[in-house]
Amino acid sequence: MKKLLSNRNLRSQILTYGFVIAAFVVLQLVAAGGGMSSSLKGMLVPICAYVVMAISLNLTVGVLGELSLGHAGFMSVGAFMGVTAAISLQNAVPAPGLRLLIALLVGAVFAAVVGFLVGIPVLRLKGDYLAIVTLAFGQIIKSIFNNLYIGLDARGFHVSLLQDRTNLEQGGRLILGGPMGISGIQKISTFLAGVILILVCLFVIFNYVNSRTGRAVMALRDNRIAAESIGISATRHKMTAFVLSAAMAGAAGALFALNYSTVVANKFDFNTSILVLVFVVLGGLGNMFGSILAATALTILPEVLREFQDYRMLIYAVVLILVMLGTNNAKLKSLFEKLRPRRREEQS
Amino acid sequence: MGKVKSKNESPLVPVPSTSYIPQRDLDKTPILETRYLGIDFGGLTAVDDFNLTIGRTEIAGLIGPNGAGKTTVFNLITKVYQPTRGTILLDGRDTQGMNTVQISKAGIARTFQNIRLFDSLSVEDNVKLGMHNSIRYSMASGIFRLPAYWRKEQVAHERAMELLSIFDMQDMAKMQAGSLPYGAQRRLEIVRALATNPSLLLLDEPAAGMNPSETYELMENIVKIRDTFRIAVMLIEHDMSLVMGICEGICVLNFGKVIAKGTPEDIQSNPVVIEAYLGKKKEG
Amino acid sequence: MNFLNFLISGVSLGSVYAIIALGYTMVYGIAKMLNFAHGDVIMVGAYVCFFAISRYSLPPLLGVLLAVLLCTVLGIVIEKLAYKPLRAAPSLAVLITAIGVSYFLQNAAQLLWTSNPKVFPSFLDFGETGGIELFGGQLRVSYITIVTIAACVVIMLALTAFTGNTKMGKAMRACSEDKGAAQLMGINVNTTISVTFAIGSGLAAIAGVLLCSAYPTLVPTTGSMPGIKAFTAAVFGGIGSIPGAFLGGLLLGVIEILAKAYISTQLSDAIVFAVLIVVLLIKPTGLLGKPVNEKV
Repeated sequence: MKKLLSNRNLRSQILTYGFVIAAFVVLQLVAAGGGMSSSLKGMLVPICAYVVMAISLNLTVGVLGELSLGHAGFMSVGAFMGVTAAISLQNAVPAPGLRLLIALLVGAVFAAVVGFLVGIPVLRLKGDYLAIVTLAFGQIIKSIFNNLYIGLDARGFHVSLLQDRTNLEQGGRLILGGPMGISGIQKISTFLAGVILILVCLFVIFNYVNSRTGRAVMALRDNRIAAESIGISATRHKMTAFVLSAAMAGAAGALFALNYSTVVANKFDFNTSILVLVFVVLGGLGNMFGSILAATALTILPEVLREFQDYRMLIYAVVLILVMLGTNNAKLKSLFEKLRPRRREEQS
Repeated sequence: MGKVKSKNESPLVPVPSTSYIPQRDLDKTPILETRYLGIDFGGLTAVDDFNLTIGRTEIAGLIGPNGAGKTTVFNLITKVYQPTRGTILLDGRDTQGMNTVQISKAGIARTFQNIRLFDSLSVEDNVKLGMHNSIRYSMASGIFRLPAYWRKEQVAHERAMELLSIFDMQDMAKMQAGSLPYGAQRRLEIVRALATNPSLLLLDEPAAGMNPSETYELMENIVKIRDTFRIAVMLIEHDMSLVMGICEGICVLNFGKVIAKGTPEDIQSNPVVIEAYLGKKKEG
Repeated sequence: MNFLNFLISGVSLGSVYAIIALGYTMVYGIAKMLNFAHGDVIMVGAYVCFFAISRYSLPPLLGVLLAVLLCTVLGIVIEKLAYKPLRAAPSLAVLITAIGVSYFLQNAAQLLWTSNPKVFPSFLDFGETGGIELFGGQLRVSYITIVTIAACVVIMLALTAFTGNTKMGKAMRACSEDKGAAQLMGINVNTTISVTFAIGSGLAAIAGVLLCSAYPTLVPTTGSMPGIKAFTAAVFGGIGSIPGAFLGGLLLGVIEILAKAYISTQLSDAIVFAVLIVVLLIKPTGLLGKPVNEKV
């Protein structure tokens, strides 16, 4: 029994890594064989970005146990800063792979810093009050990017708020143009990079959860008073999870944005935050594999429903409600419980 | 402090339970001393003029009728509530301005009346969490699985198993804490508290919900813990056989005030106590 | 005089937020759920009123009544079908279901009524001079502003009286304290929750009509942003508290209008949310919310 459980933990991790790699290989083969529609091909990178968003939000909601309604805010920080980095380095770093890597890192670092700043007030609050403040920060970040201007010329970066006051020199380039966002982006994101990003994030999350700090965060989630009584300070440890989660969302944002030629702030609004939250809840709190499946399935679903045209979002909504009603149905749950002990017996 | 840190210390088990009760070592600085401790909630005074001294290896009992303010005293000592009045000295040091986390680091550990375990985590993880501040490695070591991680986790694992063996719970190490039977949950809470290396252990109704034989076993184990770790234990308990059986000093609380202090014999023959507490029990 | 003008339009907008927030806060107080579909009920109410008046040329008052009636029914139906089966489910599952309902209402509205904006009839403004002029015409208060503010005050007073004095109101307060104990005292918890949803949705319809009278563009997503803002207002005032929702709504409206007027139009939303964050840091359970202490 003892060994089996620790094995089961490890087994589920290996299963998750394995699934991601296998899915990548299969999809690459299908694509090489020409068996993939161009619309699906175009969705591969966004799926990866949403998967990273889902597992990173699962770190906040499932592991840390706090509801965040503004996760898209961190995604947009990563997107704009990552793309800005990629555009600035267009000449200095000609290799697209390396440039993408730098962009992802820049996006992650900026999102981590913003996550830290947001975390200071947010993590002092509790429950629904905490949730509403994350929502508020999401809206604030969106408003700021909608009014932020970043230009680059020979003298360096110029930043201004509300109006374009960058006063660029001849040959300078206005990278971020307020509500116009960033356009003329070189699409350097690749499916391979997306899959590697997923694997890296999984690695970080799994190892974090099974280490001293991660354990402390879960203890705080289960029982804050008991955790403090054994000397675990709440804010410091919660912050590590929150910042990690923000950093991953930032990398996802950079990956996402570098897959399109333009990016605007309104892409990362409240609805995007909610969308990612839906992935997390459907996949199961704390269940990374579930998040991956849910993010993939629900990103593809609207595409699959395309033939229903106008009805597709309606169907999407109905599916969402029915899944929630179904998974929380007492009768189905007891059926599931009946299946469970049998499995446990098999293993012991 | 640090008594139980090193591995080559004498093994914890098997240590035969003894009925030997040491003299109150009041020649040394008491581990805990409260002076005129009190707290008000709104206009209501929950605890007032609470004076108590606990010796370094004493087993002390805090008794009193329901609602007397016993758990509130624990909450004051561990700074879950900040006292309105009075002083708490831990090993001669004023704990003014400290919070719960700092109190834990300073050497007080506790259990809760309504069990507070980390239900979704394993038994072993619950115990390891008690060592959060004594066995440390950086977050980066954890994420990138650097040598420090493997080394420290191994130490934590061995230590956790050793502590669990006090209550013979090694076999439950991988079980989910929330799925344990009630009695085992109470015991696990004590083990988790011990894992923090306390010099004072506060037990809030450790025998609640236990049958007489379990209670007897618990009594032996509390004495064993005190003898092995050389720490002070303060407990709140309604089971008089337990309190009278192992406590060297007893403090009786009623309506937030101390009405009697003394040895079990003193308390049992004190008319005020009998009236306020034991007397009632006999009648009811 | 400008400032007074801004203040009045702020109070007017705030009154709409307050009415929506009252619905949010009542539902939260009793069902302990964030009903994200509440904003979309506003939109449905506005559409119903729009069609009643413009297409079927019903008298405006009848249109409003019809909207209130239909939204009340809608609220009860939503609660019965989507939320009631999840009474015992984790709060996140209910939250996601509410989001599903929100998507459903928005997309159903888009299918039924298309996403072409409808211009809401200004049935309360009697021509260009509709309103009261003060200080020799320097200050003009339109009828719709007066009606909005009056409606909000009346609703707030009525709700306070209702929850304070009637049997059903007391049942609501009992349910919000402790559902189990309320049930043991013979209160029908399901009925109480249904009534709460009914009242909240009816209020949403009124808010929808008032909102679209002041900002007459009606699209299927009309309710989203006011919904989020009203939710913010409810939290601002202390979620679960009726006077809190009223106060929060008014303050939010005033802050939004003043921020637009004096600081920046584009950043007004950001300012509103920043104020919310500051308030919550000082009073973690909102302006009038009760502090919750966990018993140890």
